Amino acid sequence: MNRKVSLAVCFLFGVIMFIQYFSPHPVASAVNQSVLEYWQIIFAFTLLVGVVSVFKNNVMQIRRGHDRPYRLVTLTGLVAMPVLALIWGIRTDTPFMWIFENIQAPMQSTVFALLAFFVASASFRGFRARSVPAAILLLSALIILLSRSALGSLISPQLYEVADWIRSYPSMSARRAILIGIGLGSLTTSLRVILGIERTWLGGKK
Amino acid sequence: MLWYYLATTVTHNSGWFNADKLPTLIAAIVSIIIVLYTTYRRSSRERFKVREIAGLKAVEEAIGRATEMARPVLYTPGWGGDIQRPTTIASMNFLSIVAEKTALYDCPLVYPTHDPVIMAVAQEVVRESYARAGYPDRFRSNNISYVTSSQFGYAAAVDGMISRLCPASIFLLGTFEAESLILAETGNSIGAIQIAGTDSTIQLSFFIVACDYTLIGEELFAASGYLSGDRSILASVHAQDILKVLIALFLIMAVIWSTIAAVVGSTAEGWWNF
Repeated sequence: MNRKVSLAVCFLFGVIMFIQYFSPHPVASAVNQSVLEYWQIIFAFTLLVGVVSVFKNNVMQIRRGHDRPYRLVTLTGLVAMPVLALIWGIRTDTPFMWIFENIQAPMQSTVFALLAFFVASASFRGFRARSVPAAILLLSALIILLSRSALGSLISPQLYEVADWIRSYPSMSARRAILIGIGLGSLTTSLRVILGIERTWLGGKK
Repeated sequence: MLWYYLATTVTHNSGWFNADKLPTLIAAIVSIIIVLYTTYRRSSRERFKVREIAGLKAVEEAIGRATEMARPVLYTPGWGGDIQRPTTIASMNFLSIVAEKTALYDCPLVYPTHDPVIMAVAQEVVRESYARAGYPDRFRSNNISYVTSSQFGYAAAVDGMISRLCPASIFLLGTFEAESLILAETGNSIGAIQIAGTDSTIQLSFFIVACDYTLIGEELFAASGYLSGDRSILASVHAQDILKVLIALFLIMAVIWSTIAAVVGSTAEGWWNF
């Protein structure tokens, strides 16, 4: 019964959202806005489920003695941040913002910065000319890299034009072919969900 | 333009229909008809065969390797998507097949996610897969957990899991953004078999470099149909192929038309330009 209700709600809202997309009428815009607002409310409630899950998992792992230091840091942050926000608020010059700006933001930047090293190591592996396609890839990458650096204009003034051609034609055509495939895959998956053929999102196929 | 003329004539002053979106509506209706046709017409499904995809043939090998090494399988749907995204739905289909195999081999499956809704759905999908495999007692709901909604917090947490648990196989299937290479390179550094697939063309290039197998474009959407033999999914793959042929025909006609127009010297706007 629950499953049938879910499928009916999914079909109804799928059709409504499909129709409203083609309509400039204020009623259609209002429907769209309302659905988006309800989605935000639902997400806020599901976030609670997530927080409870994080809390439960970490407490359980601490009891078992698995990765205690990491889990204690996670739990401290999970409890401390909302408490600080409730007591002093989240404006500038509050403990919450101090922790955010001086601990969380630098940590996020640190993880992001790792990307530079990972790109270098991945490129090193990827650009080995082991076959003809790999050699073409290496040559194309070299031209693009050089065209973006000061050295490129010194080597040849035409280098930028060649790089631009590579990006606009061979690269773009391959990208568009992939995008068409992804678009069609997304379209058919969405239709299967709306029509109730696809039921994995309900937890199973039956 | 013909489209605009038709739309404005039919819907003049009604205010209920945006004439500029008529071509999109026609394309959507054609797509719906083709999907319904391929799904409900049994004979059209029976004639259909999916070509071999290396990344999908390696799924069995990846899970078997994890079982032999007594290490877990890690599955991440990435940070970029939510449950509304078709990529996430496709990833859930794939997850159900991977979970069924890990249940059969009694191999732990770890699934960290950034979205509590995805966590809830994934728990149900995996629970049902374990039940379908005949081993509901092997299901551990704690292994499917919400980590954080922060992008690099998620990347750091999953990196930590990869480093500590040393999974033998890693599945990176879903919507990925900048965290894709961070995760894939960490997986590569511990020597895990990695099977990846995403809808982002930018992240695809990272996966191709860092992972053993990458599902490109629509392969991710066809994956679960290929592995499970599910007729409805295979039928939609067939629908995609029909639509792809129609798009290719449209493009060829437009190219011929514009070439002739350029040769003749016509400056008139092309019929395809809507």
